[in-house]
Order: sequence, then C-alpha cells, then structure tokens
Amino acid sequence: MTASSSPRVSVEGDKERSMLLQKQMIAGHYTALSRAPQEGRKVVYTFVPGNLTELLRSFDLLPVLPEINALQSGMRKLSGDYIAEAEKHGHSEDVCTYVKCDIGMLKKGNIGPTGERLPPPDLLLLSYTGCFTFMKWFELLRQEYDCPVAMLHVPYQSEGHILPHHVDYIVQQLRTEVIPKLEQVSGLRYDEDRLREMLRLSAQAEDDLVWVLESAKHVPSPIDAYFGGVYYIGPMFTAFRGTAEGVSYYRVLREEVEGRLREGLGPLTPEGSQEKERYRLVMEGPPNWTRFREFWKMFYDEGAVIVASSYTKVGGLYDGGFRHDPERPLETLAEYCMGCYTNLGLPTRLALLERYIREYRAGGFMINSIKSCNSFSVGQLLMLRQLEQRTGVPGGFIESDLVDPRYFSAANIKNRIESYLQMLDQKRTGVNA
Amino acid sequence: MSAELANLITHAQELNDDFDLTSVRAWKEAGTGRKAIGHMPIYVPRELIHAAGMLPVGIVGAGERLEIIRGDAYFQSYICHIPRSTIELALSRRLDVLDGMLFPSICDVIRNLSGMWAMLFPERYVRYVDLPQNFESQTGGVYWRRELETLRDDFGRLSGKPIEDATLRDSIAVYNENRSTIRELYRARSRQPWVYPTSEVYVLLRAGNLLAPEDHTALLREYLRLAPLETDRRDRDQSRVVLVGMFCEQPPLGLLLTLERAGCWVVDDDLLLGLRWIMGEISCAGDPLQALVEAFLTKSAETAARYLPDGQHGGALVESVRRNRAEGVIFCAPSFCDPALLEQPMLITRLDREGIPHTQFKYSEDTGQFAVTREQAGTFSDSIRLWSQA
Repeated sequence: MTASSSPRVSVEGDKERSMLLQKQMIAGHYTALSRAPQEGRKVVYTFVPGNLTELLRSFDLLPVLPEINALQSGMRKLSGDYIAEAEKHGHSEDVCTYVKCDIGMLKKGNIGPTGERLPPPDLLLLSYTGCFTFMKWFELLRQEYDCPVAMLHVPYQSEGHILPHHVDYIVQQLRTEVIPKLEQVSGLRYDEDRLREMLRLSAQAEDDLVWVLESAKHVPSPIDAYFGGVYYIGPMFTAFRGTAEGVSYYRVLREEVEGRLREGLGPLTPEGSQEKERYRLVMEGPPNWTRFREFWKMFYDEGAVIVASSYTKVGGLYDGGFRHDPERPLETLAEYCMGCYTNLGLPTRLALLERYIREYRAGGFMINSIKSCNSFSVGQLLMLRQLEQRTGVPGGFIESDLVDPRYFSAANIKNRIESYLQMLDQKRTGVNA
Repeated sequence: MSAELANLITHAQELNDDFDLTSVRAWKEAGTGRKAIGHMPIYVPRELIHAAGMLPVGIVGAGERLEIIRGDAYFQSYICHIPRSTIELALSRRLDVLDGMLFPSICDVIRNLSGMWAMLFPERYVRYVDLPQNFESQTGGVYWRRELETLRDDFGRLSGKPIEDATLRDSIAVYNENRSTIRELYRARSRQPWVYPTSEVYVLLRAGNLLAPEDHTALLREYLRLAPLETDRRDRDQSRVVLVGMFCEQPPLGLLLTLERAGCWVVDDDLLLGLRWIMGEISCAGDPLQALVEAFLTKSAETAARYLPDGQHGGALVESVRRNRAEGVIFCAPSFCDPALLEQPMLITRLDREGIPHTQFKYSEDTGQFAVTREQAGTFSDSIRLWSQA
C-alpha cells in the first residue's frame, strides 16, 4: 500500500540521488514486467502488507502489487475513470476504491504506470494480512483471470503478541500451499539457501530504513516521514526487498539523510527544502493519492512536518525491532506478516502512535480517515480521544479517500488543517503564558 | 391467527425488542453464578459456551427502534450501522449483563470493534475469534483446534468449572437438535411459504440469539405445530425468491414484511446465518473438540466472509435456488457491508450464467421507509411471473 514513483508519475521539484535511483529501478521493474510474457518470466500478483517478496524472488518470480498500481492510477488522474468503469460493471459505490480502480484498469486494458501493458498473473498470492478486502479482491481477480490462487491466512494480532501456534499455522501454509504453487508456476525447486541470502540482504536494508525513519527524531527533522515516507523512503522496500539493489538504495538514501542532518536541512519536498519546521506531527492513516502533491503542500505551507506515520508501516514494522532472520527463513516470514501495522489490534496501534508522539517529540497528531479503508478507519475516532487523553497532545481529524477523486474536498481539508494548526498555536501560546 | 400462535410470536418479538436483555438477566438470576457471553455475527462455537454452563447471546445491533446518541460519535458516516448501535447498547450499559464478548472474523469492522471493546471496557473478557481461512485438517484444522482450546480454557475459567468432554458432547447434541429444527423450519417454509411467512420465521429464529438452545428448539417446534393449523393461510400468486446478504446487520422487520406484501415468497435466506452455520450434524462421538474442528472445516456455510478454495462462488446459491424451486434472487445487503457487496458481482456473474433472474438493493438496520423497496421488489416479482408465463 505504500507508493512508488515511476517515470510517468512525479511530484516534481528538486530531486536527490535516491529519488532518481528509485525512479530508474522502478522503471526497470515495470519494463521487466511488460516484457515478462515474451521473456518467459512468471508474474505473481500479491499485496503489500504481508508480502513475501524474498520468497517470490527466490523462485525468480516478478511481483506485481495491485495497490501500487491503483495508487499510481490515482496520482495519474486515471482512477476516477477506472472506478466508474468498475461501478458500471456492478461494483458497489460503498466498497474499497483500490479494488474498483484495479478492476477498472483491468477492464480498460491493464496498462501499467509506465504506459505499458501489465502481464496477467501466473499466480495470485493472496496474503490475507490485516485487510478483509484483500480476500474478496483476489477472488474477484481470480474470476477475471482464471488463474490459480495461493491463499495465506495470516492470523490477526488482536492480543498484541505473536503466539507460537500462529507462526506454526503460517509456516505450514507456506510449506503446503504457497511453496508448492510457487514451484509449480516457476518450474524451480524451493531453494532455502537462496531465500536465506535474500533475507540477509533484507535485514541489511531494514537497518538503513529504520535509521532513515528515526532520523526524524532530530529537530528539525531531515525527512517527512509520511509524504516523503510514501514517496521515496518506504516504497522501494516492497518490490526490491532481498536484493542487492535494495541494499544499495537504502545506503544511498541514508547517506543523503546524514548529509541533510549535518547541514541542518529540513525535508526535501516537491516545493523544495522545507526551511521552517513550525509543527511536528504524527500521522495516522493512508494519504489521498488523487491530489497527493496538493495535500502535501497544505502541510508544507504551514511549516508542518510529519515526523512519524503509521501508513509507512503497513508493509512491515521494522522500527519496533523486527528484522528478517535468515536463520529461521519461514518463521521469520510468518512473523513479518503478522507484524504489519494493519494486522495489529487497535490497542497495539494506539500504543505505537503514543510512542511515536513521545519519541519523536510531536506537538500534534492527525488522522486522515479513508472512506475506502475500514481496516484503518474503524476505531479511529476512539483512537483520537484516547490518544489525546494519554499524551495530552491534541489531535486533528480529516476525511478523504485513497483514489476516488470524488472524496477529496480540498477547501474543506485545507480549512481543517489550518484550523487545527491554529489551535496548536493557541495551545502553545497558552502554555507559554 | 390463533391466540396460541399469536402469543408465541409476540413472545419472540418481545425478546428481540428488549434491548435491556431482561431475558438474559432472568436466565442468569435463575441459577447461582450463571454467566452470559455475547457474540457478534456470524459464527462462534456456541457449544463451548453452553458446555461451560453459560448462555451464548447473539448481538446483532439494535435495529430501527433505538435512537443512536453516542454510537454515531465513534464511527464515520461511511461505516455500516451495526457497530454504532452495538456501541450504543454497550455505552448505555444495556450489555453489562454480558460477562464477555466474542468478535468473530467476518470483516474489518467487526474485527476493529473487538479492539474498541478492549479499549472501552478493559475490565471485561473480550476475544477476537479468528476463524481459519485454510480448510485443510493438518493446517487450518490444527490452528483452529488450538484456538478452540484457548476458548475452552477461557470459558472454563470464566465459569469456574473446566469443560469436560462429556459435557461438550452433550452441548453438541443440544445444538445439533437446534440446527436440525431450524433446517426443518426452513424446509417447511420452502414447501409452503404462505404457512410459514418469513416475517414470522425470522422473529422466531432471531429469538435463538437470546434463548438457551433447548428453549429455542422448543419454541420452533411449537411454531411448527401451530402454524399449519391456521386455516386462512393460502397460497397466493407470488414469486419464490432467495434473499442474500443479510448474514450480519439485520434488516428491519418491516423490510421483510414489505417483500412479502410486494409479491415475494422468501424460500431461503442467509438471515442470522450463524445459528445454522454448520450445515449438518456434528459428531457426538470421540473427541468433541476435534468434532467441532472437523465440522467447521467440512460443513461451514458458503458465505461472503469465508474463503472458497475452489473459487466457485455462487455454487451454494444456485443449489439453493434449484433445491427451493426459487424463481429469482434478491441481493439485499446492508449499506457499506464489505463482504456482501464485494461478493455480489461474483454471485451475479454466476446467476447470469445460470439464467437466474436477480435484483438488488441495500438497507440499513434503521431503514424506516420501504416504498422504494416495495416498488422494486414488486416489479421484480411481476417480471418473474410475466416471464415465467411467456
């Protein structure tokens, strides 16, 4: 569910080497996908939360992430038409717009972010992690593509801790359901040593990713951990986890951020470097993609920097200490899946946000409540209250959607953001007085 | 209608309308140390609660009769209605009689509601029941057994008495009897829907959320005895339809009455599906926990909240249409219900392939106006009858 940029999608502005590098890498990935049928490479569609990228790559399979395609369509202003197309085919206006955008894109030719046709899946790897809609989404795609599905049910972590039999359950599914289907599709045998090596590379990149995310603890923060987080910090992680390229990318990114820290620079944004850090905020919930740059600018204009966010943790929660462990390859994949943010019970999510507010010295937090996403949205109003009570930090609440342009009211959202930040000012003034 | 039948239906209706759960309080007070465990739709293993000597209580929101004052403050406008009325019931202390609450995995709303419950009522027993979506005995079966063992231990602790295998076997038998009676009622309605109108069947079925299963079975048997004695119940020229999408948030009774008045005989539905989730007998021999596991893996109802490994969506629906000699399907789902609404296009594809007519509309548990429903259902029914005659 995190973003990735591409040659056709840009929020423009100044770019650092990491941004250009990821652009190249992702363009290369999409080109490889478009050529996959001609080159005999097999393609697996799967989801960001609970993705098994290392396992797929250990079989030389190429991952396609439909959420990424949907949000790319949102950024390219195509999602409105795609959603309308899906609704024309009987999909309800009430349900997830990622799903409808993906179905609509398929109905209109399955043209990917680079303008090239995406290959149909050879396998749908349904990693059922933290989102009920995922199950229906791939059931719908199965009907469209008539291809095999490997179902991986990841137990929800309602109690806030992983139970041994939950790990066993996932490992057993990997052994009996997922790996045999990957073997069948790829024609290769499961190679655990190869998987271990990829997991080792993942852990290296994870160290640098966490370092970058935690650099936002500095005042001023050298990064924006939400808009920047989904634009160029987090997205590389999904498709390139377990690769040498991924390790190099995060090394470059870390060096850049180290440089910004040395120079006392704020985050790089599409409008240029953010010079003033007037507000440090924590953000809960996904962004809106159809007006991404405008949404970001609303915060930029006010000098608001997002120093930590939950959305950048849907693909894995590494700043809690998790690292892929090559010594326990399947078990570590199980633990990774279960630890993704939306697979965590509300009390655990609340505790994480509370930790972010304290550790990142945030003066406020904001919830962007997404119409499409019950997994995130249900309970957020209670989280708002309890987070305020626990931290004494005021929260703001705005509503939008992932990729449905009908549900982004710019004037209303801007007004709410400004009012909220004014309230923070008044609170600060009051405290000083 | 005979006074006896009228009293029976009124009794069930009063149970359903009583948001204070007086009947549950009365049940608890009738014995020392009795406890009650609430649960949301769709399926939880009620046998385990029963075997612990506790009363399973199905909570399905509050329909159209409860004014939502606090509940709306917890949910955005684009979330279905059942969580807001359920929270309203809880915050108004009407659910204090429950000693615990179970939230089965049906969708993200009910899932997150379990977390809200834990945050709002930290002193109470709350458990998210994550049903397996893998139906292989060595995989999903092993996992589900471990989950059931946890529930069994929890319920033993809550009730103060560990659950013995023999007791659990007895409880399984009690629920087998209950489900068998429900199936008998559904078969009777399918044969003669004018004798067993859905507006009555539903009221009696729903009382099963509140009554002890033995009492519910007795209630249904009495209805099966009394309804055919009504001499003025005659067949009318109505279309036979199957209702789909009502397995969680329940429709107002007025909506079911409207469908019947608009010319539809409901011959099958998925209302309160949890009461009959297991489609057949559960073995009363051997290891009872394993019997619950096997029944879940092999006899679970086909519904939107369940993964279908073979991908043949709509198979059970088409089979129901055929078995019940239905002439059409009405998709009637709550607004913003992810499982029902995401499943619908797949079911429609299947029905279209089979040439089965269908129509669709949405409701909310607090829907108060049925004019549009009546018009749409009436038109649908008319079109079926005209089409059939052609």
